[in-house]
Amino acid sequence: MLAFIIRRIVQSALVMLVVAAVSFSLFRFVGDPISSMVGQEATMADRAALREALGLNDPFLVQFARFIGNAVQGDFGISYRLQQPVMELILSRLPATLELALISGIIAFVLGVSLGVYTALNRRGWLSSGIMTVSLIGVSLPTFLIGVLLIWVFAVELQWLPSFGRGEVVWLGDWWRTGLLTESGRRSIILPAITLGLYQMTLIMRLVRAEMLEVLRTDYIKFARARGLSNRAVHFGHALKNTLVPVITITGLQLGSIIAFAIITETVFQWPGVGALFIRSVQFVDVPVMAAYLMLIALIFVIINLIVDLLYYVVDPRLRVDRANARH
Amino acid sequence: MAKIDAEEMKPRSWLFRMWDSDVAYSFRTSPVALIAGLVSLIVVLAAVLAPWIAPYNPYDPSQLNLMDGFTPPMEPNAFTGNVFWLGTDNQGRDVFSTILYGARISLFVGVMAVLFAMVLGITLGLIAGWRGGWIDSLLMRIADVQLSFPSILIALLIFGVARGFIPPALRETMAIWVLIVAIGLSDWVQYARVVRGATMVEKSKEYVQAARVIGAHPFKILARHILPNVMGPVLVIATIGLALAIIAEATLSFLGVGVPPTQPSLGTLIRIGQQYLFSGEWWILLFPAVTLLALALSVNLLGDWLRDALNPRLR
Amino acid sequence: MAEPLLSVRDLIVEFPTRRGTLRAIDRVSFDLKEGEVLGMVGESGAGKSITGAAIIGLIEPPGRIAGGEIWLRGERIDNLPMEKLRRIRGKRIGMVFQDPLTSLNPLYTVADQLIETIRTHLPISEKEARQRAVALLDRVGIPAAARRIDDYPHHFSGGMRQRVVIALALCAEPELVIADEPTTALDVSVQAQIIDVLKEICAERGAAVMLITHDMGVIAETADRVAVLYAGRLAEIGPVRDVIKQAEHPYTAGLMGSIPTLTQTSDRLVQIPGSMPRLNAIPQGCAFNPRCTRVFNRCRVERPDPIDRGDGRQVACWLHDPAEVRNG
Repeated sequence: MLAFIIRRIVQSALVMLVVAAVSFSLFRFVGDPISSMVGQEATMADRAALREALGLNDPFLVQFARFIGNAVQGDFGISYRLQQPVMELILSRLPATLELALISGIIAFVLGVSLGVYTALNRRGWLSSGIMTVSLIGVSLPTFLIGVLLIWVFAVELQWLPSFGRGEVVWLGDWWRTGLLTESGRRSIILPAITLGLYQMTLIMRLVRAEMLEVLRTDYIKFARARGLSNRAVHFGHALKNTLVPVITITGLQLGSIIAFAIITETVFQWPGVGALFIRSVQFVDVPVMAAYLMLIALIFVIINLIVDLLYYVVDPRLRVDRANARH
Repeated sequence: MAKIDAEEMKPRSWLFRMWDSDVAYSFRTSPVALIAGLVSLIVVLAAVLAPWIAPYNPYDPSQLNLMDGFTPPMEPNAFTGNVFWLGTDNQGRDVFSTILYGARISLFVGVMAVLFAMVLGITLGLIAGWRGGWIDSLLMRIADVQLSFPSILIALLIFGVARGFIPPALRETMAIWVLIVAIGLSDWVQYARVVRGATMVEKSKEYVQAARVIGAHPFKILARHILPNVMGPVLVIATIGLALAIIAEATLSFLGVGVPPTQPSLGTLIRIGQQYLFSGEWWILLFPAVTLLALALSVNLLGDWLRDALNPRLR
Repeated sequence: MAEPLLSVRDLIVEFPTRRGTLRAIDRVSFDLKEGEVLGMVGESGAGKSITGAAIIGLIEPPGRIAGGEIWLRGERIDNLPMEKLRRIRGKRIGMVFQDPLTSLNPLYTVADQLIETIRTHLPISEKEARQRAVALLDRVGIPAAARRIDDYPHHFSGGMRQRVVIALALCAEPELVIADEPTTALDVSVQAQIIDVLKEICAERGAAVMLITHDMGVIAETADRVAVLYAGRLAEIGPVRDVIKQAEHPYTAGLMGSIPTLTQTSDRLVQIPGSMPRLNAIPQGCAFNPRCTRVFNRCRVERPDPIDRGDGRQVACWLHDPAEVRNG
């Protein structure tokens, strides 16, 4: 168990190191960091001095080490575009993204699993076919289009829900501003959360369905039926539990995707999160923000992967004991 | 008995064999596949033939009249009296024509990105499967890491990084190629995995060893034997990949980081249309959106159907 | 004669495909007396397993019972509603599948699966069910049953797992056990043990056994009577000793000739030329006629039904038609 965790952590650290290298090379090779920091009127001497002061003349590895050292402390420099510390920018926008991702994730998982199980068990029913067809539209519909169409219907035509922003937010502790505690905040999150969750929901649903159908064909399900267990016991006791093992992995990984897809949703709904910040920074080639976002997303993915692996370990007893120790 | 055998032995044209194959049968009897095939065909033809069938060239300034702006579909314009099937946008461009030209760009980027991903994936898959060892582990590790990120994020990041490296003067002209490479790079993994698996199976077979004995380069023979075997899965991946690439392109363009505004794709048109939603000019948004949806959905359905048809166990 | 425990009458099982309907079982009839062991042999695809699945009501759709009747102790069971049939499975008819590695749900302990099955069929408490389960595991020969019962299936070797599967099939005291190739997937060294356990424990509880296998050796040692299937049709049925001593159907004779024995010294084993026809290409008349060494005209035209020879044996072969015997 311990060896397993250590191995996973080492792997995660390696992934982070690679991402850091990419981020660093962005910094180092995209444009001239000096020109982005000083004005046109700066003299060559000024520039050289700044170059020396920033350590840009040091060997590559030294600079890389310094970059990582800073990154670990959360220092990614100043945004070219907004002239603010990058970490401050990101932290102030992170709560909005996390709240959105969390609500969407819950919607996606609960609906996805229940619809997936339903369509697998009633494979030939008309309702299942209907759900499957709609889900295929859901997969084919680009996220941004879902958002735009929802805005059109619910904000423009029906005028039920707001089309942009987070509504009224209140402070929760020192740095977390939440929209979930106010009426307008809750109304504002509905459309973005559905937009963001719909794609993941259809994915989870189709995955659950496919896995469940696969499991229903296995010998142990046939044997469970041959033992006369009730349909409920076979479907929910045996089939669903076995289905959920792979589903948990994928769903966990989807959580990372949700945060990534938030880029799109946030742009459509002008949601003040890190995704929208990132898009602006790509448009303006705002390297410090891009680099920081890259590291942040990688970190989130790595942590999620780690948690999913551990969860997998808990759910599947086969992984708990090494095969070599199996008693005969 | 003997009679039946004689019947079966009779040589038949490849056309008949194709018509009689399980895949063709499944296509003929699946209404979904037929409709999806038809819709894809119409959109592809319309896009390819855009310069000939579009009533206007929306990007030729001499054909534009600002007075035609915001004309609703099928209604004569209040000032000029001109009628446009699907209305016009803010600058008086015929929406129908912009859609045809937009679909052309969307499809171009999508197809090129898929081809790029396919060639890259197959090559890397062959190399990984054939050489094994550290190259294989390295490639597969990269694949694993990449697979754990959504491809649209990868494409976005690659696009952003590439934009950073390209001098500002060239950004506009190279944008479309950068986009193709970015989307292609985000989607090579599945091809590589399929091909690698097949290569590893075939590698150990005797004919490969035999080829080595007679001095032929086994890699060539391998490629010749493996590629037909993986045609099915590769075709499925490519079809679904095309739908994904079209969506990815539309998304990036919608976000304003894709094709340049001078070459608007369907995504760009939707981005423009969204701005006029609140003022009631719904057609500028709706028609490009429907086209994009029809294209992505029908290609996706085709891919879905193809996967089921080639793998009957999953049906 | 007393009423048979199981009576299968003119059973037909069909699988619709797009190239026409395939008949996997074509008018098969046989009886099984209480406590009797009936061996069922035939090549792969002859319909042995499908017969077993039909009796227990677990034919995979789109396959279906297209004709005939199945009676269990005077009660017709082939047309029972799903729920009633389920109560028979496991309770009155137990089933042992071929592959013990896949028959057990990997995510549940052996105790979970045994207790679940016992409590589905018998109104006893969890504690009593557990005691029963331990006693049963002990009986099927699992050492330290009280401790091992809480292990997961992957902790057991193949042979041990098949013992667990037998315990599961027998845990609600069924009157009939259908064992579908119970030893095929096992090491040769443990095959005999498993057959012994199965036979002993069924004899002890008075359960009849339908033993499906392609291993004539196992049948010879274990079964009271043997039924031979060929291309979905019954070729011959009768007491094991008699059939082995003198097979009446040319196919059975060929099958017997292919068993190596220690006492008989012959240079090579007899083999039957050709192979069993596919289900979509069964020849007219007797299904075996293209391979039969004693074929004559009638065999190619008319299908022989089993002919009762009066000594407890039935043979579906025109050679044994009284009319032919007189003529020829």
